[in-house]
Amino acid sequence: MVVTAISVVRARSLFAIVTLSGVFSLLSALLFIRLDAVDVAFTEAAVGAGISTVLMLGTLALTSRSERSDKRPQIIPLLAVVATGALLFYATLDMPNFGSLDAPAQTHLGPDFLERIPGDIDVPNAVTAILASYRGFDTLGEVAVVFTAGIGVLMLISRLALRRPEDEEDDQEGST
Amino acid sequence: MRHHLILRVVTKLLVGTIFLFALYVQFHGDYSPGGGFQAGVIMAVGFIIYGLVFTLKKAKKVFPPWLVHKIIALGVLVYAGTGVYSLMTGYTFLDYAAIDPHHPVHGQHLGILIVELGVGITVTGVMVAIYYAFAARAPSLSDEDW
Repeated sequence: MVVTAISVVRARSLFAIVTLSGVFSLLSALLFIRLDAVDVAFTEAAVGAGISTVLMLGTLALTSRSERSDKRPQIIPLLAVVATGALLFYATLDMPNFGSLDAPAQTHLGPDFLERIPGDIDVPNAVTAILASYRGFDTLGEVAVVFTAGIGVLMLISRLALRRPEDEEDDQEGST
Repeated sequence: MRHHLILRVVTKLLVGTIFLFALYVQFHGDYSPGGGFQAGVIMAVGFIIYGLVFTLKKAKKVFPPWLVHKIIALGVLVYAGTGVYSLMTGYTFLDYAAIDPHHPVHGQHLGILIVELGVGITVTGVMVAIYYAFAARAPSLSDEDW
């Protein structure tokens, strides 16, 4: 993953960058599987590596193929990145060790849900049960966000009202 | 892509399988990894790959844009409608026990299924709509451009 990330930064061809970010997504999907988060890995592989790569390529077709090279020294961005990285590392010091049984998630929430789900909902996949039932409001919000995002993109780039006459022309061409 | 025979044959074989897998992920989400979000994306990928290999025009014939725009809203309505239904029948919002009052666990099963279906419909619609929007603006590229 580190190698892929560095090549994304180094590469100048946008086509290579899009492909490499797809690779990066796939690798992070593997990481999620390693963490036993199969649902998240599934999403990452489908959305990150699949759809977003295709959409990025679609965007690429609208713009230029390569990045403009910028030779100025970029001290401030580097500082910001290093500072954020250091903060994140500092934050991980407080986290319980990987797979530790004493972690708060394992002692309170996890067992509680696992005990309640067979009686309340009786669905084998606990993730689905939590996502759709216990956290139903939240998921409704997520769907609303997806809906809003879709409408926003449509408003911004598809220009429905403007294109309607052209579409009709296309149809006529198709029929004749 | 008229001359890519292998691509076209493989796509024809794959599209059906992709849809089948999407439906499996959608309706088997209770028992195995996956759910509405993933199924919606996979379903959309089926349409997108069809549009990429056989032209966008053909894809739009299979799944016309007006229908795509309708189902974006339909999914949210299905989800929120489930909540409103449970309100109407005297339960709290999105309490799936309302669907089958005699057997709350069955109600939960059905509720999750319906709600995930709503999620899947919206995600499919949004993904396909975004793809249509981008692809309709891009000039068609010849293979040498890449």
